Formats: sequence, C-alpha cells, structure tokens
Amino acid sequence: MTDTSSAATAQPVKPRNFFAALEIDTRLLGMVGAFILICVIFSLLTDGRFMTPRNIFNLTIQTASVAIMATGMVFVIVTRHIDLSVGSLLATCSAVMAMIQTVVTPDWLGLGLNHPATAPIAIIAGIITGLAIGAFQGWLIGYLTIPAFIVTLGGYLVWRNVAWYLTTGQTIGPLDKNFQLFGGINGTLGQTWSWIFAAFAIVGALYVQFNARRTKVKHEFPVKPVWAEVVIGAIIAAAIIGFVAILNAYEIPTARLQRIYAARGEVMPDGLVAGYGIPISVLLLILVAIVMTIVAQRTRLGRYIFATGGNPEASQLAGINTRFLTVKVFAIMGALCALSAIVASSRQTFHSNDIGTLDELRVIAAAVIGGTALSGGLGTIYGAILGALIMQSLQSGMAMVGVDAPFQNIVVGTVLVVAVLIDIIYRRRTGD
Amino acid sequence: MAAPLVELRQMQKSFGGIHAVDHVSIDLNPGEVVGVLGHNGAGKSVLMKMLSGALPRDGGEIWINGAQATINNPRDARDYQIETIYQYLALADNLDAASNLFLGRELVTPMGFLDDATMEAETRRILARLNPNFRRFHTPVAGLSGGQRQSVAIARAVYFNAKILIMDEPTAALGVQETRMVAELIEQLKSEGIGIFLIDHDIHQVKLLCDRANVMKNGRLVGTVEVDKVTEDDMLGMIIAGKCPPSGIPGPGAIE
Repeated sequence: MTDTSSAATAQPVKPRNFFAALEIDTRLLGMVGAFILICVIFSLLTDGRFMTPRNIFNLTIQTASVAIMATGMVFVIVTRHIDLSVGSLLATCSAVMAMIQTVVTPDWLGLGLNHPATAPIAIIAGIITGLAIGAFQGWLIGYLTIPAFIVTLGGYLVWRNVAWYLTTGQTIGPLDKNFQLFGGINGTLGQTWSWIFAAFAIVGALYVQFNARRTKVKHEFPVKPVWAEVVIGAIIAAAIIGFVAILNAYEIPTARLQRIYAARGEVMPDGLVAGYGIPISVLLLILVAIVMTIVAQRTRLGRYIFATGGNPEASQLAGINTRFLTVKVFAIMGALCALSAIVASSRQTFHSNDIGTLDELRVIAAAVIGGTALSGGLGTIYGAILGALIMQSLQSGMAMVGVDAPFQNIVVGTVLVVAVLIDIIYRRRTGD
Repeated sequence: MAAPLVELRQMQKSFGGIHAVDHVSIDLNPGEVVGVLGHNGAGKSVLMKMLSGALPRDGGEIWINGAQATINNPRDARDYQIETIYQYLALADNLDAASNLFLGRELVTPMGFLDDATMEAETRRILARLNPNFRRFHTPVAGLSGGQRQSVAIARAVYFNAKILIMDEPTAALGVQETRMVAELIEQLKSEGIGIFLIDHDIHQVKLLCDRANVMKNGRLVGTVEVDKVTEDDMLGMIIAGKCPPSGIPGPGAIE
C-alpha cells in the first residue's frame, strides 16, 4: 500500500447522523416503514385482530408463493425483460406434479397412495418442468431475439392451457400427505425446531456481519463505528426472535392436537399447549431468498445479470455471453415457478384449473414495489419479498376490515403506481 | 534503433467495393502517443479495429516488438496486451468502479464467489495512481463525472498491463476540465512506456498530446508528421486537401 492509497481510504469519516452511521439502505427503511404503517392502521381498524399471531401466520403463508417467484422476477426485470407467463407456468408445474402424485406413482409405478417416494419424485419432476420451459422461453428471447413480452404473452396462453389439457380440466386431489407439508398450516416446524432455527439464523447473520467487518479491516477500508455494528446485530437478532416468537405463539387448537396424538396412537397430556412455529413454506421462501441474494451479490452470474441490465453493449465488449445469460435468467424463473407451484397447490391440498391466475401481475407488482426498475439494472431480492408482503398485507387487511372487493383491487392498483412514483422521486433526489 | 512497438504494414480492408483502408502502413514506439486523424469515413477507426481484433483484415501484416503477430479476434489482441478505450464510455452505469474495472475478468475466492474486497482494494490502488482525486468507490459509475468515468475505463486498460493502448476519441464526451484530466493521464501512461494510438478529430488536442500524427483521407495515408514541426493549418491541409507538408513523410494518399 502506498501513501496515496491510504490517503484515499481516509480515516473514518464522521457520520452525518444516526442512520448514516448504521449505513442501512434508506430504501429498505422506507419499505419497512410502509409495512409498519400498514400494520398499525389495520390494527387500529380491526381492534388489534390484524396483529394477532394467527393473522401474521396466515400473512406469511399467503405471501410465500408470490414472494418466491418475485425473487426470480427481479433478475428478469433487471436484465430489461419481463415474464408474463409465471402464473401459467406455475399452473403447468402444479398440474405435472399433481398428475404424478395421483396417477403416475400410485398406478403406473404401483406405489399406492402416500408412498414416501411420491413427494420427492413429484417435486423433482415439477422443478425440471419449470426449468425446461423457462430455459426454452429464454432461448426464444436470447437467441431468436423475440421480445420477452411477446414470448411470455404467448406462454401465458400456452402454459395455462397445457395445464388444463394435462388434467382434462379437472381438479386433482387430494395431494400426497408428505407433499402437503409445504402447504403452510399442514406443515410447520413446531416450537422447539423453530427456536433452533432462530438460533442458527442469529449465529449465521452475526457471523456474516463479523466476517464482512473483518474483510474490510484487512483491506484497510473505512468501517462503521463498533456501536453501529452492535446496534445492527441487535436489531437483526431481535427481529428473528420476534418473528419466531409470534409464529410460535399461534397455538394449535386442542381438538387438532388431540387428533395428532390419536393418529400417533398416543394420549394427549392434559392441558398441553403447542404452537405451530415456522411453516415449511416460509422456510422454503427464506432459503430461496438467501440463495438468490448470494447469487445476486456474490457470483459472476449475478454480476453479469446486473451489468447486462445496466449496459448490454458494454457487457458484450467485456466478453459476457448475454444470450446464454438470458436463457439462465428465464430458467431460474421457471424453476422458481415450480417451487411456488409446490407451495400454492399443497396449500389448497389439490390442483385446480385456476391455480396461479393473475399471479404474473402480483409477482411483477411485488418486484416493482420492491424497487426493481423496469429500465433495468436495479433491484434487490429483499425488496421484492417486502413488496410481496406489503401487497398481501394490504389485501388481507382490507378483507378483514370488510372493504368491498372492487375497492380492494382499486387500492392495490393505486398503491402500485404511487409506490413507483415515490421510487422515481427518491432516485431523482438521491441521484442513484 | 530497436524495432517499433507496433508496426502496421500495408493494412487493407474493403466493404463491398469501397476501400475503407487501402495499403496503410504506420508505426508506434514505446512511450509514444501517435495520432490517427481524418474526416469521418477516412478509415481511421477501421484501421484501429483491425489492430484490436474487432474487425478481421483483408490484407497486411501486424508486427509487434519486431515479430509478426496473429490477431484475428479481441482475445488475441488481449494476449498481446492491446487494450481499447471506446468512444462511448463502455461502462455499466449501475455498477461501481471496481465491478466495472473487473467486468468479465472478476477475481474470485477459492470457493468461486466474487472477491469484492480484493477487487475494491486493487481498484483503489490503481486509481490512486491514475487519479488521486477519485474517492467514490461505492457509488454506481452513473453518479460520476465524465472524467472520473473515463479514468475507470483507462484503469481497466492499465490494470491488465496494456502495453499498447487504442483510444477512440477519449475526450469526445467530456468537458474542458475533464479533458485536461484525461490529457494528464495520457502523459502519465506515456511516461510509463505505454504506446498509445489516439484517434481524434480535434487538431488542437492532437498537437497538445501527440508526438507524431498520421492523417488519413479516403482510406489512404496522406502522410506522417511530427506535430512540433508543423502548424495546425498544415494538419488541416492534410485532412481536407490531402496535402503533405514538406517536413512530413508523404504516404500513398498525398496529392502531388
């Protein structure tokens, strides 16, 4: 290190204010603020019913399906494309998985109903279906240069009706018992495992934070004051503990507990109280969020996705194969549609013809409310998930208050446009 | 005298029936800035694209350090440590300086993840050398001035040990002060022994920065001059009329 470079890294600049010292993304703060505002308003309007463990539990499982797809839509929109086919693709994946569970494995393979191998076979087949269809659409867009809007508008019609054809329009159910564990209320971790999960999550988050600081110190980069690190660590830990505590506080009804014990051939102890804990679908969402964030921030693939969105010509000059990149982005989107299909179909315990209808619009709206710019190059995974959560809170809050159905959609539509307006104004002010 | 760093001999390129570059021979020495001038369509960019591997040539030879070189694509050129800085700043606006500098050649950890910290440290090191005023390492380059953006583009060439630099109107998009900064950078690179081909329209700029200048007209070389021995009017005469002044070395394109 020469003198000039250590002068360039400079001593810790005196932070302008409390939030500047914490170095939290202000857009994240804005979205969390909007979410808290929504929660407070609906709590007041519903005499606190909106903020009960039960409703928060339901909110998380209602959000999971759209949020999983929204993380993939971030990549699609960042590369200046759009995917209008996700709801239909979800339906096709769901139909494939439903037919495998109810026809292929029990009859063709002779495994019978609820065989342990059924759910894994169905899930793998579903993911391959989503991946293949997504890659195919990506090939049409990247190599044959058909606009994504057109390819996926066609896909919107094609895959919805492929699903219909596969199931001859029938509702297919009930789905496999193990498969239904992804459905939310039918599959949760329980209190103990939820706390164990919380412990791992906190240790993991603090390790990542510590490691980031250590790397900065090693390279002599400016670091946050120690108190700021401690505050952030404490906020993260408190958020995880609070989240798990709320989900654990939603108690399983006594009658249901008795049935669970009876099914195991045991007698339920008197006065036993047990909470649901973290739903497996939400666990899946958390896992997807972590993996997608790592891909976005820590891999070449993610770097190229954002670079191509920012300047396709520069990326090509730098030797990036932008056509193949398009295939990869849509393949990821397809695989995520399959994961959402697992969550959505197992939540309703059957496959129906209209599954995932209008999801493409919810997914795009979630990504856009979460700060993904349609002009490309900008967007975050956590933003899209928060966007999905905000939309779902609005919708279910209004339903609880008893707002008429037409007004619900009018409000959600308006919020979408206003959110983007605020984002544009914010970007103009801050210049990034 | 040692062999020149780069020697282009009898370079040819046609598009359809038009000779875009017609038997042009020029050379470049280490630590020298050589201008390539001419009107739009004179063939100067095409000539340089054949050197950078972006365009295949129809005929002619490229010699580097006295040995004949095989350059058929940009990767070949990169192997000869030839880097190009493009006219329209080829940066991804939404990424920060380090991400742009290493775009397509990222450093990764043993696990295969991006090593952003090392890339940032390297970027700070190289930019401290090129442009000590550069401070904004964490903002997208869209928020930087034209000059700062151009220093990122130049840093990209320098970091990967360019020995031969092709600059295609590097100051076309810049203001006065920023142009001066790029000019200082060019002086600095020159003092480090890097040879630079500078494509430019601005005669004043060429007179200021270049040691020698080649003027092309209709695909042919009008002549090569040492910029200190000619006036701006002489060079204007070469560009417009194709008339080589007495102190220059006339090329096949010079009128008698």
